[in-house]
Amino acid sequence: MGVIVVLIAFSLTVALGFLAAFFWAVKSGQFDDPETPSIRMLFDDKISSTNKNKHKKS
Amino acid sequence: MSSSSTITTTNCYHCGEKCVEDELISDEKSFCCAGCKTVFEILNNYDLCTYYELDEAAGNTVPNGIERKRFDYLKDEEVIEKLIDFRNGTTVSASFYIPNIHCPSCIWLLENLQNIDEGILSGKVNFLKRKVTFVYNSTSTSLRNIVELLSTIGYEPNLKLGQLESDQREVKDRRLWLKLGVAGFCFGNIMLFSFPEYLNLDQSVSSNSFKIFFGTLNIVLALPVLLYSSVDYLKSAWAALSQKGINLDVPISIGIIALFGRSLYEILSGTGSGYFDSFTGFIFFLLIGKIVQQKTFEQLSFNRDYKSYLPISVIKISEDKELSVPVDKLEIGDQVTIRNQELIPADAVLVSEETQIDYSFITGESEPVLIEKGTLAFAGGKVIGTQSDFVISKKVEHSYLTQLWENEAFKGEDKKISVTSFADRISPYFTIIVIGIALLSLAIWLQIEPSKAFTIFSAVLIVACPCALALSTPFTLGSTLNILSQNGLFVRSTSVLESLSNTDTITFDKTGTITESGNTKIDFVGSTLSADELRFISSSCRTSTHPLSKTIYKELNTKSLLAPDDIHEVPGKGLFANFGNTSLWVGSQNFLIEQTDLSYSDFPDSSESGSVVHICIDNKYKGYFRFENNLREGIGSLLAKLSGSYSTFLLSGDNEKESSRLVGLFPNRKSMLFNQSPIQKLNFIENLKQQGKEVLMIGDGLNDAGALKTSSFGIAISDDTSAFSPACDAIAEGDSIKNLDTYLSFSKAAFKVILFSFGISLCYNLVGLGFAVTGHLSPLVAAILMPLSSVTIMAFTYSVTRVIAYRMGLRIWE
Repeated sequence: MGVIVVLIAFSLTVALGFLAAFFWAVKSGQFDDPETPSIRMLFDDKISSTNKNKHKKS
Repeated sequence: MSSSSTITTTNCYHCGEKCVEDELISDEKSFCCAGCKTVFEILNNYDLCTYYELDEAAGNTVPNGIERKRFDYLKDEEVIEKLIDFRNGTTVSASFYIPNIHCPSCIWLLENLQNIDEGILSGKVNFLKRKVTFVYNSTSTSLRNIVELLSTIGYEPNLKLGQLESDQREVKDRRLWLKLGVAGFCFGNIMLFSFPEYLNLDQSVSSNSFKIFFGTLNIVLALPVLLYSSVDYLKSAWAALSQKGINLDVPISIGIIALFGRSLYEILSGTGSGYFDSFTGFIFFLLIGKIVQQKTFEQLSFNRDYKSYLPISVIKISEDKELSVPVDKLEIGDQVTIRNQELIPADAVLVSEETQIDYSFITGESEPVLIEKGTLAFAGGKVIGTQSDFVISKKVEHSYLTQLWENEAFKGEDKKISVTSFADRISPYFTIIVIGIALLSLAIWLQIEPSKAFTIFSAVLIVACPCALALSTPFTLGSTLNILSQNGLFVRSTSVLESLSNTDTITFDKTGTITESGNTKIDFVGSTLSADELRFISSSCRTSTHPLSKTIYKELNTKSLLAPDDIHEVPGKGLFANFGNTSLWVGSQNFLIEQTDLSYSDFPDSSESGSVVHICIDNKYKGYFRFENNLREGIGSLLAKLSGSYSTFLLSGDNEKESSRLVGLFPNRKSMLFNQSPIQKLNFIENLKQQGKEVLMIGDGLNDAGALKTSSFGIAISDDTSAFSPACDAIAEGDSIKNLDTYLSFSKAAFKVILFSFGISLCYNLVGLGFAVTGHLSPLVAAILMPLSSVTIMAFTYSVTRVIAYRMGLRIWE
């Protein structure tokens, strides 16, 4: 009996964590634009960041 | 005549256009114009050339030189406040709609603009909406700087009058997703905790403490579903009841309360384990239905009015100084300068000598009109060619075109939405029957076994809950909307589909709807032209910007072109060119009479319906080119098919010249109306509606806006769905209109599907009622029956609508 209470408490905590993650994802706007991030992830960050540094130095 | 073809095959490094005339070279790359070259140089300077690596020829062709004066009005604090999203100290966020966003490179560049302007903190693009949001520091840059930067690199934001009017800050409704998340979370967990109950495992000694433990957990998990996820249904039912009406949410709420109350009672009294699993599952499925129903086409805009087309500002001339002022502050008598390709914001009188105005925005007619000094030009016309001065004669909101929006049709709330759906209409009967059965079984059981009577009563209320009924409409209409959109008809929302299916009368606009504006047919009437002569005509027309010359050049499609020794164009009238010892005149009758030895009698009696361009070579009249707008492909057979079951009408703003060509398409002369003003079109539809007709209007221009709005269902045709379209219920891609009859019958079929699925859900309710009235509705039966009925309805509506669509020849996959 005791162990099942502990297990359920634990599983609920984990599940609540996922629910919180879902809330965060929705509220931060991840469900608003399903299209752009799929394109954005293909960009190479490196080029722009090194260029930026170069530019600042010059 | 030494020159020969000079057409090169190099493409512009920036925009990919062919570099036809003066090819410009910078950094060993070729550019088609100075604008493209400038953009490249800017990007190169700031090491942003990744732009070109992501997508070849990513750029937008940039019109030469953006003048700083144009954005003067962006200094006005009042204007800035209306345009920005929010301000937090010196950090400001502003969003722009940029129609030019078209590829991954655009996203990359717009999100890296902080490399050019350090005041920009970040940029974020929404590709589907073609929108970019900048966060910037207002001490180190300004809104005006950003707009100018965007314009310089070919991404001019669309700043329209409408943005100044109301607060357009979008409030995103994400609550539905959260509610669904909560319901799903609780549904899953409660099912898990109800498992021992399903399998009847609790025979052991400790079972009682387990029961209490799981029962308490279930109550705790069900509470947020009742208080958060289902609250919209309860509120809506309460609102309906307090207005003495019954909508579908009333029986749903009865079910919700019965389920929750009964379960709470069972657990607290220790008589059972409750129906919390069915309860949360029920809410979960209902919310899925709601999300399906809310599907919208974010990239399309269905409620634009004239304010979305007029510019925010215009250049006013006062005391010889040019000022950029917001359009809504223009007064009668103000003198304004309108440049090439800019819109006239209000009815105004021309003070320059003459200019050409393109009214295609308003009428759909692409050929510009030549007006002379002192003529009144209407708001919405686009100036073509040289910049011209006008004196405002009416305020923006009182102009000829904008008056349309003063009409009754545009007042008040959207009447179409308030029409109740079929599900709402049957729900009073449904509710009364359910309560009747519940009371009846209560009465009967009170006679037989009073202790069980209330259990049975609540069981009937629980099982009769119209979950499946509530799901049939959103799922069927959601999938109808989806299929129609795959076939090029984008409907505003599921709530207007019923009007589409009820259509019995269809009215068409002519220009741009029945005829295709970009697709002109030309042929030559007169003496046959030699290959050389054709080459002269083609070569000289190439240099002209007039749409008719462009069409001639495009249609003649001559291989080798010549450079004229001398060429001279009178804008809007015609051109003269010299090739060695051949002289050529191309233009209007008046132009040719003025410029050549020809007299009026040399011209044939012209009774042509469309435009004509006359040709004269070496002072000899050769003949004329005749332009006709082609009918859209398949429009003839469409009208023939429609005339069987619908009454069809033509409402045209043009004159009757072309009526002979259309006479076979419409039932009779009376159903074709010409010379219709926007208000007349609106009134015509209003009349039909008063006769009890359900009118479908199809149009494209702003002059159809009134008719589209009054009609029961308005479809705007647009060859580019992201471009211009007036307020309407649906936007159709140009070439999809030939299937209109199929769309109509498909939408009718969709409502039959709804009826059918109502039948299925009623069967489930009957089975459930059987269990309930006999006292056999165990939590397990309820937990199986409710999700099963919901899933059946989802699967049924999804597959049947697709089967029907497939049989009708519609596309059902991407």
